[in-house]
Amino acid sequence: MQKPRAVFAGQVYLVSKKQKKKIVNILIGAALFVAAAFCDYFFIKDGGILEFAVYFVPYIFIGWDVLKKSFINIIHGQIFDENFLMSLATIGALCIGEYPEASFVMLFFKVGEFFESYAVGKSRKSISDMMELQADFAYVLRGGEIVEVFPEEVDVGDIVVVKPGQKIPLDGVVVEGCSGIDTASLTGEALPKDVSEGDSVISGCININSVLKIKVSKKYSDSTVAKVLELVENSSLHKAKTENFITKFAKYYTPAVVVSALLIAVLPPVFIGFDTWQDWLHRALTFLVISCPCALVISVPLSYFGAIGRASKDGILIKGAEYLESLSECKTVVFDKTGTLTKGNFAVTDIHPEKISKDDLLELAAFAEYYSDHPVSRSVLSAYGKEPDSKRISLIEEIAGHGIKASFDGKTIFVGNDKLMKLNNITHKDCHLSGTIIHVASEDEYLGHIVISDEIKEESGEIISKLKKLGIKKTVMLTGDKSTVAEAVAGRIGIDEFYAELLPADKVACVKRLIDSADKKEKLAFVGDGINDAPVLSMADIGIAMGAMGSDAAIEAADIVLMDDNPQKIAFAIMISRYTKSIVIQNIVFALAVKLLVLALGAFGLVGMWAAVFADVGVSVIAILNAMRTLRLKSKP
Amino acid sequence: MKKVFKLDEVDCANCAAKMEDGIRKIDGVTYAAVSFMAQKLVIEADDDVFDDVLKKAEKVIKKIEPDCDIIG
Repeated sequence: MQKPRAVFAGQVYLVSKKQKKKIVNILIGAALFVAAAFCDYFFIKDGGILEFAVYFVPYIFIGWDVLKKSFINIIHGQIFDENFLMSLATIGALCIGEYPEASFVMLFFKVGEFFESYAVGKSRKSISDMMELQADFAYVLRGGEIVEVFPEEVDVGDIVVVKPGQKIPLDGVVVEGCSGIDTASLTGEALPKDVSEGDSVISGCININSVLKIKVSKKYSDSTVAKVLELVENSSLHKAKTENFITKFAKYYTPAVVVSALLIAVLPPVFIGFDTWQDWLHRALTFLVISCPCALVISVPLSYFGAIGRASKDGILIKGAEYLESLSECKTVVFDKTGTLTKGNFAVTDIHPEKISKDDLLELAAFAEYYSDHPVSRSVLSAYGKEPDSKRISLIEEIAGHGIKASFDGKTIFVGNDKLMKLNNITHKDCHLSGTIIHVASEDEYLGHIVISDEIKEESGEIISKLKKLGIKKTVMLTGDKSTVAEAVAGRIGIDEFYAELLPADKVACVKRLIDSADKKEKLAFVGDGINDAPVLSMADIGIAMGAMGSDAAIEAADIVLMDDNPQKIAFAIMISRYTKSIVIQNIVFALAVKLLVLALGAFGLVGMWAAVFADVGVSVIAILNAMRTLRLKSKP
Repeated sequence: MKKVFKLDEVDCANCAAKMEDGIRKIDGVTYAAVSFMAQKLVIEADDDVFDDVLKKAEKVIKKIEPDCDIIG
């Protein structure tokens, strides 16, 4: 049984028969118009009814459904409907004997309409192509056989088989096989990720090397793919302020132009004299032609839609145009430290040996820590990278709260904190670095220490300078960690301010203070990893959650979700938002300027309906093409 | 209750804006938005009047674009 799937608008749109029919109609209409013009030029000398007849053929052919629609809409009380206005303008033109003009305006109006729907369909299509995350089928293992089903029909606990080249249909855990998977469609990350038995994988990634068997852990409707698609598709329902402003503006623009048209048609003839009424009516009709606000109304949401699509290609999911707009006004970026700027794991960051080499010191510590499960011990072992030879170490004794005493190659070694050193009367050196310090001594000889701290992400250093270049005024770091640790991290990456030793509630208060102290127009973005900071994410003007692959809480709480945990994406997201904003402004200014210019020229009788329809359609098409540039923004400047 | 519907063939952006405006004026609607780009409609209304609201919303849509349907 086939269930209805979440089909993106564009997929059903671009190849529509309706559009093909439209092209054919326009071409026939154009041919009829040319034929009419030809007849008019060569055979009809004195105009009149004959001229009307030849131009009326293309007019009624191409304009029939416009007239029909406007009639229906008028019954429904839609006075300021574009079809009605076009009909009124052209019928008016026919009445005052401007037959070619009426015919041409109708033809060109249809051409413009077609261009618009084509361009919009095309951009819908390109966005839906970017969002090709869903696997069409899942191959489920049932009773030893592989059965092809829709991902929606797979239950939690089922085993799905994914061959190389196929998309992973549902979130799950690898139960057999190891392979590289391509996460690019979700994260924009080009390097494949290696997975093997026990690793969890998310839907939407492509299996590269060899067959994987995956035990499904979530139903399709809860899967990462479904979540991401839903989020992006519904993003255009959260409208930006500019968008609301433009639709509001359009509501007044059309009636205002129509009323002016009426005034132009009536007032001058009354006051100047009735002999010029035809000329004034002609000017009024020109107004009607340009009274449709479509170029404006369409180009704003299209720009945001394109930008959101573009961002999602790089693993930046934006929940709505309003957040994209806010991001462009962002002047303060607040980071949570752990998991955002730092990796959130403990690792050996420095080794300070006294008499022996760094490697020897690390080896000694690794041997001593071999049997311990403490995170600190694990990080020493992972820095050592080799399997210690357990024969060389014996008599291991763990002294709680102090460290480890053991026998290594016959000598007694001490590995632990300063208390352990003091306890055994060994003079140690204090370290100038912050973090957890592990001192190492052999017999009563001090050998040096190892510094373990949360590793700073490689990308964190660049991000601050990138943000500064983008005009971000202030960068702030919040952490629950010790002051000394925070200071060290802040200094290393060049962040402006930091607040340490904060409880989760303090973080909320801190962000609130920062928002209150800043200018109302300047927005604040908070970047967190979505764990424990949901209140702060929703408190900030823009909440950005990172490293969200598979984390529902983060996707839920944030306004912008970064699928991987690379902080550089924040700079790119801001770039996209600025770029989009500038395109939106260009479109608004350009469309308004052209419309007002044509209105002014029309009022003085300098341009006729030809120019008006040309300007109206031209502006729409140019604005749409401009809006579509958001789709093609390069991630590397 | 908040629900998202797909719309079939909203032809112009201004029409979408008009629909949104009209649906927001229906009694019982707390929030409504029509996206021309995604061809989607979201309505938030009280549970007990939701079906009624939906019928009225459909009427509003038909009034503005007779060819347009609410699907799903």
